[in-house]
Amino acid sequence: MANQVSEDLRKTPLHGLHESLGAKLVPFAGYEMPVQFEGVKPEHLWTREHAGLFDVSHMGPCFLTLREGVSEDPAAHDKIAAMVEELVPSAIATLKPGQARLTVLLNEDGGIRDDLIITRLPDEHQNGRLYIVVNGAVKDQDWAHFEQKLAGRAVVQRADDRVLMALQGPKAVDVLKDEFAGCEDLSFMRCMLAAWGGAECLISRCGYTGEDGFEILIPAAAGEELAAKLLKDERVKPIGLGARDSLRLEAGLCLYGHDMDTSRNPVEVDLQWVIQKSRRERADFPGAEVVLEALSNGPKEKRVGIRPLERAPAREGTEIHVNGEAVGVVTSGGFGPSVDGPVAMGYVRADLAEPGTPVELMVRGKPRAGEVAALPFVEHNYKR
Amino acid sequence: MTQHFTQQVTFYTEDHEWVTVHGDLATVGITRYAAEQLGDVVFVETPEVGKTFKKGDEMAVVESVKAASDVYAPLSGEVIDTNGELADAPEKVNDHPETEGWFCVIKFSDGAETKGLMDKDAYYEFCKGQ
Repeated sequence: MANQVSEDLRKTPLHGLHESLGAKLVPFAGYEMPVQFEGVKPEHLWTREHAGLFDVSHMGPCFLTLREGVSEDPAAHDKIAAMVEELVPSAIATLKPGQARLTVLLNEDGGIRDDLIITRLPDEHQNGRLYIVVNGAVKDQDWAHFEQKLAGRAVVQRADDRVLMALQGPKAVDVLKDEFAGCEDLSFMRCMLAAWGGAECLISRCGYTGEDGFEILIPAAAGEELAAKLLKDERVKPIGLGARDSLRLEAGLCLYGHDMDTSRNPVEVDLQWVIQKSRRERADFPGAEVVLEALSNGPKEKRVGIRPLERAPAREGTEIHVNGEAVGVVTSGGFGPSVDGPVAMGYVRADLAEPGTPVELMVRGKPRAGEVAALPFVEHNYKR
Repeated sequence: MTQHFTQQVTFYTEDHEWVTVHGDLATVGITRYAAEQLGDVVFVETPEVGKTFKKGDEMAVVESVKAASDVYAPLSGEVIDTNGELADAPEKVNDHPETEGWFCVIKFSDGAETKGLMDKDAYYEFCKGQ
């Protein structure tokens, strides 16, 4: 239980704040990050009831810009969108100013290199530039991929020297509108530009908890000030990575490297909805053949919710059996504080993916009763 | 040879278990320090009665919201009783880790093994160094 952390780890601009708040720090995605403050369960429940502040500066925010720069001409958006559409299966060209979309970065065989959120900047003078947030653990390879595939055509500007924080929970909007007037009018997956203490910020109505909330990209020094100020509000508490994981698991949201990776295509992951009709028809994205085949004939395995019916959690790696035969594996699992019981997700043979299908979960060699469950475990509370 | 303890004595391990010996029986649980480190305990897998363990064997598992952690046998011996109440009330491990949150009772086979364990003061110092 020693709490030793290697000196090679990077620190976010909010590291000092975490230490002053008594966070328990752990290595995560190459950073020293807070896993908990008060405790996973109280932090989780607080976020569902009030507002939780998460430091997600370890993630990979960046800007992808046409080599010739931005333009007032909307054709510049079409041009950068067409380039990104070479790498992802979602429609980027049809994004309206300030609109964001979840998508996946695909390999030539349809395997998922990462999941990411791509936003068309709200400023109509900045056509030709996209705001993209990739996962922290793979950001360097993602950016290298962009640079290689779009060499000479677009430029990647990493923004991970800034603070990226998320304010999540039903009270997030009431807290944040005092700092960023107008953010209350954003709907889910919409973004606005704002200034705070002279610093330029991007405010996006999205998150990773299933709750209403925002992600804020802000320069480091201003970000430290903003985080400290938000935490003075009695509705806001700091939340660690532990509760971030249990919140997203209850919300049925995937964690890259666990619930999906290069061995899985978007159809198996149940993310076929990120592939808009126009892209299916054009079939011009990496791995289109594999992905479209899985779409028409159905995948061999499918990601599903798993509900252990006893109290023992079924963690990542737990084998899923039906009638003594291995039919799948748990990829994320633990205890859901809002569900007040164990929850998991994983892959099962496609013919067993129907909610209610009884399964056995092999926890430490012992079969424990469980069933396939509909996701999410806790209803989403997004501002539509 | 079995060493009998005529008075009840509590020892502690470096894995943060407590073990209270009396006669040739030892009651085992995890310490308050361990319970606090784990956070909210949601499940305890206690060993089966009749099973024998060598000192240091994985004997039980305690699952918190965060993770599953092994609990090791602090002494060699046979499990003669387990705390059945933990099945429905695992939070006892957080609320009363060193009393009602006990895991099991071992009939130990070698009292000399207690020589490798810490007393309360030594354990307190040990935790300060963690």
